Amino acid sequence: MSDPNPAIPAPEAPGDEAPLLDIRDLRIEATVHPPGERPRTQQIVKGVSARLRKGRVLGLIGESGAGKSTIGLAALAYGRGGVRISGGQVLLNGRDILRLPARGLRRVRGKEVTYVAQSAAAAFNPAIRLMDQIVESALEHGVASRAEAEARAVSLFEQLGLPDPANFGRRYPHQVSGGQLQRAMTAMALCPEPDLVVFDEPTTALDVTTQIDVLAAIKRAIRATGVGAIYITHDLAVVAQVADDIMVLRHGETVEYGPTAQIIERPRQEYTRALVSVRAIEHPENPPEGAPLLSVRGVSAAYPGVPVDVLSDVSVDLHPGRTLAVVGESGSGKSTLARAIVGLLPPREGEVLFDGRPLPPRLKQRSREDLRQLQMIYQMADTAMNPRQTVRTIIGRPLEFYFGLRGAERDKRVNELLDEIEMGRGFADRYPAELSGGQKQRVCIARALAAKPRLIICDEVTSALDPLVADGILKLLLDLQRIEDVAYLFITHDLATVRAIADSIAVMHRGKVVRYGTKTQVLTPPFDDYTDLLLSSAPEMKLGWLEEVLAHRRMESAGH
Amino acid sequence: MLHPIVKLLVQRIALGLLLLFAASALIFAGTQLLPGDVAQSILGQSATPEALANLRAELGLNDPPVQRYFNWLFSALHGDLGTALSNGEDIAQSLGKRLGNTLFLAACAAAVSVPLALILGIVSVRYRNRWPDRLISAVSLASISIPEFLIAYVLIFYVAVQLRWFPSVAMISDAMTLGQKLSAIALPVAVLTLVVLAHMMRMTRAAILNVMQSAYIETAELKGLAPIRIIARHALPNAIAPIVNVIMLNLAYLVVGVVVIEVVFVYPGMGQYLVDHVAKRDVPVVQACGLIFAAVYIGLNTVADVVSILANPRLRHPK
Amino acid sequence: MIRIPLSALLGLTVTALFFAGAALAPWIAPYPMTQIVGDVWEPASAEHLLGTDSIGRDLLSRMIYGGRTTIWIATLATMLSFLTGSVLGLTAAVAGGWVDQALSRLVDLVMSIPTLIFALVVLSVLPTTMTTLVLVMGLLDSTRVYRLARAVAVDITVMDFVEAARLRGEGRGWIVFREILPNALSPLVAEMGLRFIFMVLFLSTLSFLGLGVQPPNADWGGIVKENKEGIVYGISAALTPAIAIAALAISVNLVADWILTRTTSLKGGRGE
Repeated sequence: MSDPNPAIPAPEAPGDEAPLLDIRDLRIEATVHPPGERPRTQQIVKGVSARLRKGRVLGLIGESGAGKSTIGLAALAYGRGGVRISGGQVLLNGRDILRLPARGLRRVRGKEVTYVAQSAAAAFNPAIRLMDQIVESALEHGVASRAEAEARAVSLFEQLGLPDPANFGRRYPHQVSGGQLQRAMTAMALCPEPDLVVFDEPTTALDVTTQIDVLAAIKRAIRATGVGAIYITHDLAVVAQVADDIMVLRHGETVEYGPTAQIIERPRQEYTRALVSVRAIEHPENPPEGAPLLSVRGVSAAYPGVPVDVLSDVSVDLHPGRTLAVVGESGSGKSTLARAIVGLLPPREGEVLFDGRPLPPRLKQRSREDLRQLQMIYQMADTAMNPRQTVRTIIGRPLEFYFGLRGAERDKRVNELLDEIEMGRGFADRYPAELSGGQKQRVCIARALAAKPRLIICDEVTSALDPLVADGILKLLLDLQRIEDVAYLFITHDLATVRAIADSIAVMHRGKVVRYGTKTQVLTPPFDDYTDLLLSSAPEMKLGWLEEVLAHRRMESAGH
Repeated sequence: MLHPIVKLLVQRIALGLLLLFAASALIFAGTQLLPGDVAQSILGQSATPEALANLRAELGLNDPPVQRYFNWLFSALHGDLGTALSNGEDIAQSLGKRLGNTLFLAACAAAVSVPLALILGIVSVRYRNRWPDRLISAVSLASISIPEFLIAYVLIFYVAVQLRWFPSVAMISDAMTLGQKLSAIALPVAVLTLVVLAHMMRMTRAAILNVMQSAYIETAELKGLAPIRIIARHALPNAIAPIVNVIMLNLAYLVVGVVVIEVVFVYPGMGQYLVDHVAKRDVPVVQACGLIFAAVYIGLNTVADVVSILANPRLRHPK
Repeated sequence: MIRIPLSALLGLTVTALFFAGAALAPWIAPYPMTQIVGDVWEPASAEHLLGTDSIGRDLLSRMIYGGRTTIWIATLATMLSFLTGSVLGLTAAVAGGWVDQALSRLVDLVMSIPTLIFALVVLSVLPTTMTTLVLVMGLLDSTRVYRLARAVAVDITVMDFVEAARLRGEGRGWIVFREILPNALSPLVAEMGLRFIFMVLFLSTLSFLGLGVQPPNADWGGIVKENKEGIVYGISAALTPAIAIAALAISVNLVADWILTRTTSLKGGRGE
């Protein structure tokens, strides 16, 4: 970091009332076991301090590996998976919970401080009814009688917008949806009336239109109960909606810590500025020119043995050197569309034209030339590369396979491609496991480019990456498009990505294209209901966005 | 409407029966690999062609194999397992008491090994990666690598011959009291326990660890629940199915281990009976024993699956 | 630099010694295998390092030749089991559809009968020769290898890099040998060790029951059988081969354990 160990003041002036939570110089380490090497100790959190007053919300934000979840769990004096709290203090209600014996700690956990996990589906016991799990802490700690606790749970269900609050608790975890389960987990955390709740990425696993509802429900519940909260996420736009203060973390250290408005509007550190301006890529929209390169006409498709169509009557065009973004939530059929185009799932009806001629529906019927011109990049670069092949083999194989390049000729081209994806030639002999997430995705891009395709299908290629890394990948893709004149079919659930790179957009919902046109057309009102819902649900990096959206929705529904 | 779980159970049990039927066919087919010469092997090389032909007709060897299979299966279903070639005894009669003896031995071994395996499994999870766990896993690795008869002879050598605590052969008869019987089979039970314990304990440990590492156990821990409550309320209901599975699979394994142990201790059970008659090439006896062993084995596996189905909350409480 | 843990090193050394003993048996055994050279059950002495057996043959020589038989048959059976099981397992995983169904149901059926029982049933009618033993043991055991190979390969075939190869237009040969096999190799190799142990135990058990290697030839299981009467008189000759079996099994187990933990599935490509 440019500024070595900056003395970051807590945002509260001295003389305030005693804080609910006071984390002082927290240090956490873990023992890592690299294969074939001696185990060694790694610092995960390197001296972090934070304070939280009752009824306030502290946002912890950072990339994966920044240590944010580890700090959140330290507020319950808990180390997950062999992690050790090696130094510092965690004062909760004035006493250091790190020094408490096991019994004392049990009286704090579930009573004074509770936890909401990222994956509620895994965090609920599958064998026990929801209500019994939700009231368990309250009963265990003698906070309330069963009747009182259940009454409180029902009122929390109502507050959190769960359907049929009176009977909701009778169900088992697998009988309710992911969004509902996440709210039930919030109810479970709030039921024993704790002083502090740790929310660990509670909306990350949810679809964007569900996320906003859960987020609003959580925010309402925090305000209504007056509980203090730590809200952990990797999405700055989300945390800006709920937090009073934000701490930006990187590699286990505090980068910047201050009131939300200051962090969002006047970030002081370089890294925070980068996070705030993420996905603000300027990309002028190019109008379609000439005949379409890819033309999907009236395609309907279903998986074998499933009576319902996953795609119904989908028609879109993509012009040479342009980007079509296909956007939708999980289950919208957007990835199925990609499978239909590449021939993995032959359409039940309709056809796919490439360069004006119909492509054979099945992969096996397609010529090698057809296959070469249409490449694909996957969401998980990890599993998209054979772990037993070097980068040279991975990028070199299409060169061999399509163009018959061998030996020095092939290596020369591999090096050129490595240059194009802004990685050094030294990477040629590495294995995928020796690359970072962003580098892996770059190698996948190079492998696609090696075939000199005219169309690349990008299936959620940035969604598994941290925001700044994802930005780099998007910029690279745009640069490569200018150089190679390749068209992209860009499948994503993320509207910010769409805004950044698309020339035209198709919005998919339940297997249908509900809105389709150039970027300007699609993003200009008036909207259909679903597009409006989708567009308004994407978190924006500004204060008060959540309230604006909710107000907008109330007006809409009042107007209808 | 039928509860979906009932449908699943009926399906699983039907599958077990189908498997047993197919297994009986396979056992029968396995003894047909050398066609026709059963008569020869009974009468020996010097038999006259007429005697051979008579015996073949008597045994029904001139019928096509498929017909002989169904005759055999049909009789077996009625409790008629045929007569032994070697001594002409009724197989069902000879088997009855021996099956009882074998099940007695196996049940005693199970009664010792199952609780022991569960306790050791839990201890080894409780002290995971500390010395009790390491010791248990080292010993179990060793005992997996040692043939049953070695364990048996080591025990005989030291416990029976040198210390003279228990007899080296396990003779039992109807005249004995239960106490005498138990003392007679103490050594074979100890060997069987050692043989099956390692597997059962390793698998129990894995099953419990798998449950203990679930996110919902972390949730329970973060609720401030006492360890005993976490185990009883949150871990156990989810661990029962895998553990019962482990037990059933190992009991099936035990039924097979019995064969060798019975030979070592000259115990009058099914295993010794089977091995004797394999050496005598007495096909009807081998078929009958094979069928019974397969039935027990398939039965235990079916029970294991039935328990998993019953214990799965997703199946018990469908959406 | 690869660090080999002490346990694996020990396992490798002992395993190598056993194999060397098997290969060099005629040169290192002090006496011929079947020659009577002394009294019955003589104690260990300078002439007979392990003493003599139930009819006065040199026990050490019989152990060395017996080890040769045991290791030889177990190795052949393991190779047969492995070849059959992994070829069929990989085929089932890659081909899918009815091929997979047919093979998998057949294997389920064979596995529904305990291996030892099935082997006894078959051996009751077949002549007891080395070929029969190898075939019966190898084919029965190939069901286990089939299950593992299929499971590993199915996990790999659903990965994106295999789909990427299919989309590129690669043939089945490339997909099986270049994409799937290199990733399936390490669990399979570790399994090979376990299968070998199983074969050694299985053969010993059969011979001990008198249904494996026939006299005057003997493998370790057979030597236990020949000398088991001595146990009641306090003569430990029968324990010697049993200890050899256990030593071989444990050392191969240590090596297999190490291979398995070192190359856990799909992590890295280096250090092969």
